[in-house]
Amino acid sequence: MTKIIVDDREVDVPPEYTLLQACEAAGAEIPRFCFHERLSIAGNCRMCLVEVKGGPPKPAASCAMAVRDLRPGPNGEPPQVFTNTPMVKKAREGVMEFLLINHPLDCPICDQGGECDLQDQAMAYGVDSSRYAENKRAVEDKYIGPLVKTSMNRCIHCTRCVRFTAEVAGTGDMGAIGRGEDMEITTYLESAMTSELQGNVTDLCPVGALLPKPQNFRARPWEYQKTEGVDVMDALGSNIRIDTRGREVIRILPRVNDAVNEEWISDKTRQIVDGLKRQRLDRPYIRENGKLRAASWQEAFAAIAAKVKAASPAKIGAIAGDLCAVEDMFALKLLMEKLGSKNIDCRQDGAKLDPKSGRASYLFNSTIAGIEEADCLLIVGSNPRREAPVLNARIRKRWLKGNFPIGVIGEQADLTYTYKYMGAGVETLLGPDARPPEGAKKPMMIIGQGALMREDGAAILAAAAKVAQGSGAVGDGWNGFNVLHTAAARVGGLDLGFVPQGDGSLGGLNAQAMASGGVDVLFNLGADEIEIAAGAFVVYQGTHGDRGAHRADVILPGAAYTEKSGTYVNTEGRVQLAPRAAFPPGDAREDWAILRALSAVLGQTLPFDSLAQLRKALYAAHPHMARIDAIEAGAAGDISRLAAVGGATGSAPFANAVSDFYLTNPIARASAVMAECSALAGARMLKAAE
Amino acid sequence: MSVRRLAQKQPDSFDFTPENRAWAEREIAKYPPGRQASAVIPLLWRAQAQNDYWLPQKAIEKVARMLSMPDIRVLEIATFYSMFNLEPVGQHFIQLCGTTPCMLRGANALKDVLSRRVGEQRHVSADGKFAWLEVECLGACCNAPMVQINDDYYEDLTPENFNKLLDDLAAGRPVQKGSQIGRKSSEPEPGKADTLNDASLFDGSVVGTWKKRFVDARAAEKEAAEKAAAEKAAAAAAEKK
Repeated sequence: MTKIIVDDREVDVPPEYTLLQACEAAGAEIPRFCFHERLSIAGNCRMCLVEVKGGPPKPAASCAMAVRDLRPGPNGEPPQVFTNTPMVKKAREGVMEFLLINHPLDCPICDQGGECDLQDQAMAYGVDSSRYAENKRAVEDKYIGPLVKTSMNRCIHCTRCVRFTAEVAGTGDMGAIGRGEDMEITTYLESAMTSELQGNVTDLCPVGALLPKPQNFRARPWEYQKTEGVDVMDALGSNIRIDTRGREVIRILPRVNDAVNEEWISDKTRQIVDGLKRQRLDRPYIRENGKLRAASWQEAFAAIAAKVKAASPAKIGAIAGDLCAVEDMFALKLLMEKLGSKNIDCRQDGAKLDPKSGRASYLFNSTIAGIEEADCLLIVGSNPRREAPVLNARIRKRWLKGNFPIGVIGEQADLTYTYKYMGAGVETLLGPDARPPEGAKKPMMIIGQGALMREDGAAILAAAAKVAQGSGAVGDGWNGFNVLHTAAARVGGLDLGFVPQGDGSLGGLNAQAMASGGVDVLFNLGADEIEIAAGAFVVYQGTHGDRGAHRADVILPGAAYTEKSGTYVNTEGRVQLAPRAAFPPGDAREDWAILRALSAVLGQTLPFDSLAQLRKALYAAHPHMARIDAIEAGAAGDISRLAAVGGATGSAPFANAVSDFYLTNPIARASAVMAECSALAGARMLKAAE
Repeated sequence: MSVRRLAQKQPDSFDFTPENRAWAEREIAKYPPGRQASAVIPLLWRAQAQNDYWLPQKAIEKVARMLSMPDIRVLEIATFYSMFNLEPVGQHFIQLCGTTPCMLRGANALKDVLSRRVGEQRHVSADGKFAWLEVECLGACCNAPMVQINDDYYEDLTPENFNKLLDDLAAGRPVQKGSQIGRKSSEPEPGKADTLNDASLFDGSVVGTWKKRFVDARAAEKEAAEKAAAEKAAAAAAEKK
């Protein structure tokens, strides 16, 4: 620790701290444009100038100078930094004047207005009029993809976007061509960016040069109602802020949570918003003579009640989809219990994960932040870039630090970091290659759903556990056995035990058995990724007119994740609570309330009348659900038990669970923006295949 | 400098010749593993030399592939350095120095020659032989004014000998590289004072001459003032009479 005096206040900071960080530690605010905590230091905007005693006798860029670079005073006094002297103010005013020389005065028509760093800092350091009489620089706007609109006259060349795509996203999409006054930020020959995290450049841009294209001219930042939510597009549970205006969700921004998503979110998380408005189910429907017709809630419930009463409990089943909140599944599970059915399943993709094996058998045990502690990684049957892009960025972050050998078993793909490709199937996993290198203290294994959603999934899981166990990945204080989920609802569902009840031949049917005709009445809670065979009477409760609704005999319109308060458990087992940000459209209702109302019609009234009562029951049954934002860690013993299961594994190569990142769920499939992204990505893959 | 873009008309493909490829591989091998990107400027330079002194898009992409860099990283470099030409530059690419020493020695007259003969800057002449560009100092101020044509310097130019040089180049006749008035490197011009062989520089006879100029000048000034005062006094005495 080094002592340093900032504006007469002495602070003790680590010597590797930059002056900017030291000033912040002392409570002094430093303006900046190019500096960003999670990117490399560029030092090119010069806005963070401070005066230093014990350094060069000129204004110093505080972002690029370390505390240890300063000399102590003649008698060993700590170095001094001043952030509010006339010299500092004059220096920053000079920088601001230069920045504003070429920056257009178009704040009234700029979407960044109101949340613009340049605007805010010009209030402090700008002057009222310009001394610049020449023509301003004019720059052609660039096409850089369907998600980011450019207005390059406004660009101040901070290069945050360039550094983001090069460092965090790892695709190196953006760059600065030309030099001096003619420098321009662009992609290669104005091609679309290829990263799944490209939307983040709009957050990083300190001015209005890069703006989210789908939100073009929609609202001013002060008009939004801001709600802190949780994302359900992947199993990461990224922390988001949902901005609504009136009844409408306009945009989704990331929230900082270093344990989960740092401050990034994927493009699907961010730009799904137009999918929340299209193809929505806003009233109940009943299928009559092969055609769906709009109906009232009473009619719909009556139709369901008639079918349920006619069916035996063993012929009733329920499948929960990928986007459900824990509360919805809890209510549905209770209802099924009351109806006497054992046929429930939350694994519509057929993943062979079983809560009976213990919580550690299906969690990302290392935790997401734990990736940064690991010293080697084996990825089995997964493409993290498509299944959880933000998690992939975390892996890349660890890889960039060096000494992090990565091996992949499964499909070969561009993961934005280099890895050793080991093989395609389970025989490689069991072979000698899969062992971590000598001396690895915290080896890590990520097993994807692609390896688990097949017939021999349980055996593969057991084999992977055995490999992890044998390679020292599971030990005291470190559990390197990680299951990467793709569905936001999955871990919550497994925690609740939303899987076939009972054992063996007396046990309930799984999702595949139910879908292929094992039940007469199938209750489908937003499961759109499973093909349900003809025959069964299907009640679909969901949000979008997608595959599930097309097959349904009765449709009950539910609420999307932004429209209900819900609990979600992410892939590492972190319980997160999201409040409601908007209202469901039309007659649609919150899902737990629909189930509660239906239960009354079925004569099996659920024991709660409000969400608070439901949560009370939920917390009583599953106490860890009450510990919001905390992880109930799985026991290491689960892994050894799992490893002992054994079973015969097939030789088929692992296929990844997600083939099209942009279209993995009904909300995404209803989004025009996602469709455009998907088409672009598809065209890129075709071109690469040539 | 102005905004630089890739040429509109691009060749369909680019590949290094076998010799250049071997050279490039040697160049890449100079750098430690993982640092191959350091070879980007030599490779671009060789690609440009191979492709009539300009860089097509395919060459930029080829170099990016060879060095495992994103295309944009190589484009950044190609657009940053003005010595990479992004558009065709004709058979003889003339870079005319317009910086102060050359300008004082008559670079503007050369500019007129080029404007007349070749046309605007950055445009290839109709016969495809020439294109020209005014550049900053090329470091041959001793022999100003000068131009660089492709890889060679042509110095001590006048509109007359420059015109002749261009005629010879256009006709494919052999030309004299370097000075056009026959001096060797930056030795004194022939016929002008042969400074280094001037014996008086070394026999001590010029020591103090520079200071003496000021002493003499001051003495002359004083003399003139005294003379003027004497005349004035004489005139006043004459008036008194």
